[in-house]
Amino acid sequence: MTVLTQGHAVTEEARNRRFGPLYSRNARAVIGRGLMATKSSNWLVMLSGFFEPVLFLISMGVGMGAVVGSVTGPGGQEISYAAYIAPALLAVSAMNGAVYDSTWNVFFKMNFARLYQGMLYTSLGPLDVAIGEIFLALLRGLLYATGFTAVMGLMGLITTPWALLMIPASVLIAFGFASFGMGITSFMKTFQQMDWVNFIMLPMFLFSATFYPLSVYPEYIQWLIQAMPLWHGVELLRQISAAAFTPATAIHIGYYLVMIVLGLMLTTGRLRSLFLK
Amino acid sequence: MPELHSAEGTSKKPVPANETGPTNQTEPGAVPAAPRYVITAENLTKTYGDVTAVDGISFSVPAGESFGLLGPNGAGKSTTMKMIGGVSQRTSGNLTIMGLDPEQNGPEVRAHLGVVPQQDNLDEELKVRDNLLVYGRYFGLPMSYLKPKADELLEFAQLTDKAKSKVDALSGGMKRRLTIARSLINEPRILLLDEPTTGLDPQARHILWDRLFRLKEQGVTLILTTHYMDEAEQLCDRLIVVDKGRIMAEGSPAALIRDYSTREVLELRFGSERNASIGAELGGIGERLETLPDRVLIYTHDGEAALEEVSARGLRPLTSLVRRSSLEDVFLRLTGRSLVD
Repeated sequence: MTVLTQGHAVTEEARNRRFGPLYSRNARAVIGRGLMATKSSNWLVMLSGFFEPVLFLISMGVGMGAVVGSVTGPGGQEISYAAYIAPALLAVSAMNGAVYDSTWNVFFKMNFARLYQGMLYTSLGPLDVAIGEIFLALLRGLLYATGFTAVMGLMGLITTPWALLMIPASVLIAFGFASFGMGITSFMKTFQQMDWVNFIMLPMFLFSATFYPLSVYPEYIQWLIQAMPLWHGVELLRQISAAAFTPATAIHIGYYLVMIVLGLMLTTGRLRSLFLK
Repeated sequence: MPELHSAEGTSKKPVPANETGPTNQTEPGAVPAAPRYVITAENLTKTYGDVTAVDGISFSVPAGESFGLLGPNGAGKSTTMKMIGGVSQRTSGNLTIMGLDPEQNGPEVRAHLGVVPQQDNLDEELKVRDNLLVYGRYFGLPMSYLKPKADELLEFAQLTDKAKSKVDALSGGMKRRLTIARSLINEPRILLLDEPTTGLDPQARHILWDRLFRLKEQGVTLILTTHYMDEAEQLCDRLIVVDKGRIMAEGSPAALIRDYSTREVLELRFGSERNASIGAELGGIGERLETLPDRVLIYTHDGEAALEEVSARGLRPLTSLVRRSSLEDVFLRLTGRSLVD
């Protein structure tokens, strides 16, 4: 009886230690693995992720743009429709990439490829795996953002050197979504539940002032949209693209900083549920 | 054959760069303050909701032993393995691996562990040799150590000519051997093998057994789950039979056969209609009689003598067979003959 009670106490104590058993300061091994896997088999997938927003930009920006003509930009100046939606598409692409990497990708590697199962039987802890995977997602986001910004430049949609700041800002947006996504995945048990992720993402993509200004909505819808993370990303990149900074810029950045902190708290708090059963 | 654990002095012992804790000051080849037991479990319990997967089991494994966990599906073998690896949290009880608690010191414990899971979880996105290198990096081992080690292990697993192949191009047996090679990348002191030969053909099984026996000769502690009795008899010095999360029996294969069965078994077939009714007429022969739908088993120390006695009573079985008692007889006696899942 005493043995059993003692054992329980030791176990409880172990659980209360946050990172000791969960982290071995070796996330770079997970990152190294990701880079090697990309090199040998995943680069085609990466390429498709780059083309998606570019295709959107060509069809909506150039195609629809011919019908729409010019619109009022964030600084009040007249800009082409393509220049109006390009930063929004970049924000959407940062969101999609980060959410995909931190939900579907993690869910698959966890439950089907059993990749993490193998990793967790080594010196790695769950936190090493989480940091490594989030870093890889952000690295990918950085490459996409750089490529997309280059395409914008080629299409003559960049008018100020400030626009280069869209690249780090995209990584910030991706970080916000990735840090939350992994925590949310820890609650998911089936494919059907994973579909809810898409169910939330699609309306956010369509209605977050991506293709037209927020002012078309009645006020209460505007408030709802403004509470959503993607709208802040869209507005942030749109402001940067035109170098039209306002106090709202700081609010958008602040929104993501808070999101990252809360997301990381959620994810680290759920690490055991995510990786250790 | 390449030595896996080369002689003291010449061996390049992996020292994980980021390892902390009491086992960190490992001298090359030396076991620090070697605990007599490398694994000690006391009242180990794991429940999932209402289901008790492991129900208060206790056992100790000394260094260098080959220790088996036998049991039907769902007996709690894999759960026990997961708790040893620190990837599943126990509900209660004590567990120490090389003197450390795997829940508190997971990374440190696993630095000395090699794991062969029940289902292969090789990295399908990497090539064969890269699987070994990357896995070694997870332990924080340097490339200068890993490159020659990976080649050595590929040779050990007879996969040298597959080094640059993709993993999904390998046969089941090759994948299993690669999984075992991978589990040895950190020169583990304890190797956990969860049903290592399930699904393999006899040739592949025998090659695996040979490799495992070599590791045992080199002093690696083997912890093995299986439901193949011949495998347990081949590989295990000592084993526990687990059923419904509890230990039913413990001992060496020979001792278990001695304690729970007889030296020999006489198998008689009278045809499925008569098997059931013949029992009464066989009374008194051998030590124990078991009537199955297809045959009657007589447990006895002398099978030939028992068969003569059967003939002397004027009974004419369709077929008769005298065989040595095996671990399978022990297993079926302890865990029952009905299907469990």
